Amino acid sequence: MKITVASGKGGTGKTTVAVNMALANGATLYDCDVEEPNANIFLNAELEKIEDVSLMNPLFDMNRCTLCKKCAEFCRYNAIAVLPSDIMLFPELCSGCGGCKMVCPHEAISEGERKIGEIYRGEGEITIYQGLLNVGEARATPIISRLKQYVDDNGISILDAPPGNGCPAIEAMHGSDFVILVTEPTPFGLHDLKIAVTIVRKLAIPFGVVINRHGIGDEGVEHYCREEDIPVLMKIPYNREIAVLYSKGVPFVKEIQGWRKKFVDLYEAVAE
Amino acid sequence: MKQIAVASGKGGTGKTSMVASFAGFAGAVLADCDVDAPNLHLILKPEVVEKIPYRGMEVAEIDSDTCIECGACERACRFNAIEKFRVIGEKCEGCGVCPLVCPVDAIEMKKRVTGHVYTAHTRFGEFVYGLLGAGEEASGKLVTVARKKAVEIAERVGAPLIIIDAPAGIGCPVIASIGNTDLLVMVVEPTMAAVHDMERLLEVAAHFKVDTVAIINKYDINEDVTKRIEDFCTARGIEIVGEIPFSKKFTEAMVRGMSIAEYDASLAEMMKNIWERIEEYVNASDENHNSV
Repeated sequence: MKITVASGKGGTGKTTVAVNMALANGATLYDCDVEEPNANIFLNAELEKIEDVSLMNPLFDMNRCTLCKKCAEFCRYNAIAVLPSDIMLFPELCSGCGGCKMVCPHEAISEGERKIGEIYRGEGEITIYQGLLNVGEARATPIISRLKQYVDDNGISILDAPPGNGCPAIEAMHGSDFVILVTEPTPFGLHDLKIAVTIVRKLAIPFGVVINRHGIGDEGVEHYCREEDIPVLMKIPYNREIAVLYSKGVPFVKEIQGWRKKFVDLYEAVAE
Repeated sequence: MKQIAVASGKGGTGKTSMVASFAGFAGAVLADCDVDAPNLHLILKPEVVEKIPYRGMEVAEIDSDTCIECGACERACRFNAIEKFRVIGEKCEGCGVCPLVCPVDAIEMKKRVTGHVYTAHTRFGEFVYGLLGAGEEASGKLVTVARKKAVEIAERVGAPLIIIDAPAGIGCPVIASIGNTDLLVMVVEPTMAAVHDMERLLEVAAHFKVDTVAIINKYDINEDVTKRIEDFCTARGIEIVGEIPFSKKFTEAMVRGMSIAEYDASLAEMMKNIWERIEEYVNASDENHNSV
């Protein structure tokens, strides 16, 4: 069972839900927020690097290159600039598609690996995998895609998605059996939830909503879920104790009685 | 003209609430660059002037009548975006390699409208925001288009400043939002997660040589962590321009579609002081150049 926890809006409590749910159910956790991975702050597992993630970038053989510009004309990312007597690559724009090498009529282009991030694994109370994007790199998606290769189809896998509704969030949701959308009961939460719902429906993945900080804000999210027939799977109340535990990096299933069972029930509801 | 980006690394720390408040004091052009989850317009209630279609990366399309199912495209695609002779739209990066390898010319790259840039009037001044279609790619490019439009408008109306509401994270759209700005205003809350994310964002700011100041939001949620943030910033010469207490009034204001500066007089005073310090800082930043 693969469950992705996503949100649209940032800071609504994805990691809180993913970590507590994984702990309560003995699941394996995959932190797909490779730009800002936070899950292990709550687990404190000893992380070990298991893989470098690289993209293939072109290398130019200037003995063969005639500065014909075919590669630069082909590149849709504007990653190649041909100067009067040289050729330049902007590596952070390069997607590693390999097209430039194919179109070069002079076999002047080969490819080399450029590292853009890493994959880590840690064993604590549960197993965690985490991707990490190198600072200054723009492309998070290839790292999420590599990270997902470690997802075990047999056990319970919980994927903590990055915020937003862009390509990295979609990559994290792709191929999941279920998506939990975590939102807060505010106009911002509702606005971004609606975008996320459009995407999950497009991907045709079953989904439900968890409302975090229930009690602040307004009724908009609940009205919307009712109208759209979206199941509200759980409501986590706003209270200072949960907020303070979060600030210290302590999963609240460990400290507040009754919540472990609620997250077991949440999994069971989702598994059905 | 100066450009200020408000960013955070971690989501939900209060970027948009800050920007909405500053908007009332700044006389700036505002730009919401959180293009896949924009929120600022919910407070600004823009009166749209212009809706400009945005065409992002092309997407490959296979004509199944022409396709001979040889699999050459699937083998050549480095993004695993072709499965069983069909393109998975969300995975296609629009590189154009598949039509290159197709022996029967069954693949075409199609350009589509994947989002919009809006220009608008608001009660706080001119406003530009990008909105990416649900599930579309190339948000960084859309950010760049929105920022260009903001510069154009600022020049036209003679605004001295652009304030950019940046997305969460440190990847493509964040780099596009904070690159070439005069100042990054980092909004951080005192949680272990937010501290971790702040450190990564600062590395990005250093990488792109953007000067930085910090605001600690909800500082009283955990004063030990607040102290850590203060020490961390002091050690790096990053000025903390304001510390804001936790208050349910931020959410109440949001629910009413108001900025906190419009909703509560004492918080308005606090936000005004913070804004004045930012303004002072950015106007002096030609001499400043502290290295982060």
